[in-house]
Amino acid sequence: MAMASEAPKDGFRLSMLIYDTRFRSFTIQVIVLLLVLMGIAWLVDNTVQNLAAKDKDINFGFLWNRAGYDIEQQLIPYTNDSTHGRAAIIGLLNTLVVAFWGCIFATVLGVFAGVLRLSKNWLVARLMTVYVEAFRNVPLLLWIIVVFVVTSETAPQPKDFKVTAEMVQTGAEPPAQKILFGTVAITNRGWNIPAPLVERPLGVVNVGSVPVNLTLLAVIAAIVGSVLVNRAILRRARRIQEETGDRPTTWWQSLLVLFAPTILLLLALGFHIEVPAFPTDETGVSKGFNFQGGILVMHSFSALLIALSLYTGAFIAEAVRGGVLAISRGQTEAAYALGLRPGRTMKLIILPQALRVIIPPLISQYLNLTKNTSLGIAVSYLDLRGTLGGITLNQTGRELECMLLMMLIYLTISLIISSLMNVFNSAVKLKER
Amino acid sequence: MSDTHAETAFIRTEMLGPQLPPVTERGVVKWLRENLFAGWTNTALTLVALFVVFWLVQLALPWWLNGVWNATSLGECRTIAGPEGGACWAVIKARWHQYIFGFYPQDMYWRPIVAFGLMFVALAPVLYYGLRSGARLVGVVAVLTVVSLAALDHDIGHVVLAAVVMAGLFALAWVAPKRLVYVTLLYPFLAFWLLWGGSIWKPVATLAGFGVMVLVYRLIQPRLGVVMGTATGFITACLYWLFVQGSVTAALAGVPPELVPVNSDQFGGFLLAFVIGVTAISCSLPIGILLALGRRSDMLLIKTLSVGFIEFIRGVPLITMLFTASLLLQYFLPPRTNFDLILRVVILVTLFAAAYIAEVIRGGLAALPRGQYEAADALGLDYWQAQRLIIMPQALKISIPGIVSTFIGLFKDTTLVSFVGLLDPLRGVTQIVRADINWKGIYWEPYIFVGVIFFLICFGMSRYSMYLEQKLKTDHR
Repeated sequence: MAMASEAPKDGFRLSMLIYDTRFRSFTIQVIVLLLVLMGIAWLVDNTVQNLAAKDKDINFGFLWNRAGYDIEQQLIPYTNDSTHGRAAIIGLLNTLVVAFWGCIFATVLGVFAGVLRLSKNWLVARLMTVYVEAFRNVPLLLWIIVVFVVTSETAPQPKDFKVTAEMVQTGAEPPAQKILFGTVAITNRGWNIPAPLVERPLGVVNVGSVPVNLTLLAVIAAIVGSVLVNRAILRRARRIQEETGDRPTTWWQSLLVLFAPTILLLLALGFHIEVPAFPTDETGVSKGFNFQGGILVMHSFSALLIALSLYTGAFIAEAVRGGVLAISRGQTEAAYALGLRPGRTMKLIILPQALRVIIPPLISQYLNLTKNTSLGIAVSYLDLRGTLGGITLNQTGRELECMLLMMLIYLTISLIISSLMNVFNSAVKLKER
Repeated sequence: MSDTHAETAFIRTEMLGPQLPPVTERGVVKWLRENLFAGWTNTALTLVALFVVFWLVQLALPWWLNGVWNATSLGECRTIAGPEGGACWAVIKARWHQYIFGFYPQDMYWRPIVAFGLMFVALAPVLYYGLRSGARLVGVVAVLTVVSLAALDHDIGHVVLAAVVMAGLFALAWVAPKRLVYVTLLYPFLAFWLLWGGSIWKPVATLAGFGVMVLVYRLIQPRLGVVMGTATGFITACLYWLFVQGSVTAALAGVPPELVPVNSDQFGGFLLAFVIGVTAISCSLPIGILLALGRRSDMLLIKTLSVGFIEFIRGVPLITMLFTASLLLQYFLPPRTNFDLILRVVILVTLFAAAYIAEVIRGGLAALPRGQYEAADALGLDYWQAQRLIIMPQALKISIPGIVSTFIGLFKDTTLVSFVGLLDPLRGVTQIVRADINWKGIYWEPYIFVGVIFFLICFGMSRYSMYLEQKLKTDHR
């Protein structure tokens, strides 16, 4: 080795740039760099020429102009007098809210289906196989469109839920009924779902132009606080168990700490659930033209959420199944040899190991789901692509700026999700020497 | 011993035959007990599942069986099906040609059909290299192509031509299966000519560019090595395509054979999905391999570029890439260049898939033990020889499931091209059908039709990848 790597004595020749492995990689990199720089220069030059020909410039000032279009679903206040920038933020929030709920539902569904597919029950395993294969092999776009079209075109009109005077007399039912014990009404406009309300709210504080709901913050703080205290209790119990061998009884403390503060807070705030319904007079006859109270979830949102959850759930089910199957049989046999029952074997031996295998594909499924929210375009859901990359782009004609900004935002979201999940992954992964 | 035998009052002289297991431990009963009714939870699960199956069947089966095949409008369908309702498959019967071909001219359907049949001939050596199964595939495809041509095309000349060509290819596949690779290499140009029409000399002149590349490589490689040979060949070919090809094509413009040109906006349905899907799949694999190698390269600049490209593409949704193809490419290219939208979309979809393929292959490369690289070095192989002979065959084999699922994803994603104005089968064609006054208000049937076709194709691909995994398995576990 030492002989071979010794440099020849007779100076430097130009051909060594190609033939000598020490210089060749340098040569190649210089050539590639030149080519890349030339390519970039070519693109920039073209862009400058094209912009000049169309009499345009690159200017993000349009973000502070009046948007002039309405967005149906908004998490922070927005009117058509707001700016394009604010419309983009509304769109971003709409993207994030679908992605957030989609990830939760898809995970629940995926774990459920993945575990059931491994079930010893022949029928259940087959049913889950059918679910997974049907959703994995058909385009997501089809599911989004089908769910949207079917829910919005077959659902009854709000007036079909009305009870008329005639019906009260004859005791007949209205043509359409609410589902889930009379709490949820699906109309051709959307899903009327119950709304959680408080009688004595803590009020709203404006941070800049974004309103912050103090009531919600208080409830979240109460829940997070009780979880933290509960963890402290469990830690203490474990410490005592390790020192003395006896584990103190903690279940009633945990229950109390976990639920009492939140329930007390909600009681103090006067929490109740408002079910969407038609206002009625004293005889029970419905008045008005539409449901009062509750929250109206538009079909565009619900269809996107349902389709995304079902579709991604199928992929997560495969990841879960793969993760459980990846744990060698010896692990199960060793656990049985130790005298563990099947349930505890799953919980203590298989799942903790399978989790490590499952997490990397799970990350990429979450990323896919987040990026797939952009298919909301098929059902006119105004997410980031619908506002910034859709209406704003068409109104202002600033394709370059809008597309660049949109790509940048999607890229940032993806990088944030993957780095968060990577942190989680490195926390649970096998600690090797 | 024998004495004792004689004295004993009774002893059996031969073994009893084995008794049947108890009724609960054999046959159907055993299977039912083990698989459906083992314990309380299992029984409950079975009952719930049975209920779900029953509910789905009683919901869908009558509707399915009561389907109407002959009608001219949704209203007529509903009248025929009666009050209990039924599927209106008549819409598929009336519009299937749009779902398959889009607005491709009806009298030229033979061209996409022949191109589709030839695709499988071109695929045969890739799927079953040097095997008789390839010839069998070619035979089946030949028969199917000729039959569907005979059913669809009224010009007997086309049928005979296709039959002769297919018979010739079958003979080639039977006698010399490995020679079929040349058909694969020629196929892209042939398919382009068949689908888009125009003068045959345009694809031939483009093909000549590759000829120039190979010629220059052959001249340079023995003197200056692989890298220089490839680079010079590539540059020469690029120069040829940029400056020479135009005049060659122009000179041969009026020379037959020539087909009636078909515009890109007439493409649609599954024809479009296949054009985009197949082109992007076959181009993204080599690019993906190069990107994966670039990402593992020792050269800092190459590595940075590859990582940047891969992470950028994987971070943005495909829709934004498609909008880039339709909105932004006009800014990045020289003024007054305006090339085909399908081509633009194919390029962007290819780049998109290549980034995902690169990540899959990187996983395969990382899974190889270091010893393989060291053994290749010890044998004195250079970088490209080591990659070609030692590393890639193993890495690609490991990555087959990932590669195929990327391909399936890519094929499913071809439906997204409807957002940039192309006529994909799922949204583009169905929108047209649903906008027709006769079929207004129909929703289940067209989506079920498109969904079933996608399912068959994607499921077929995933089954093929399982077969390939099994075939290439070399370990003895």
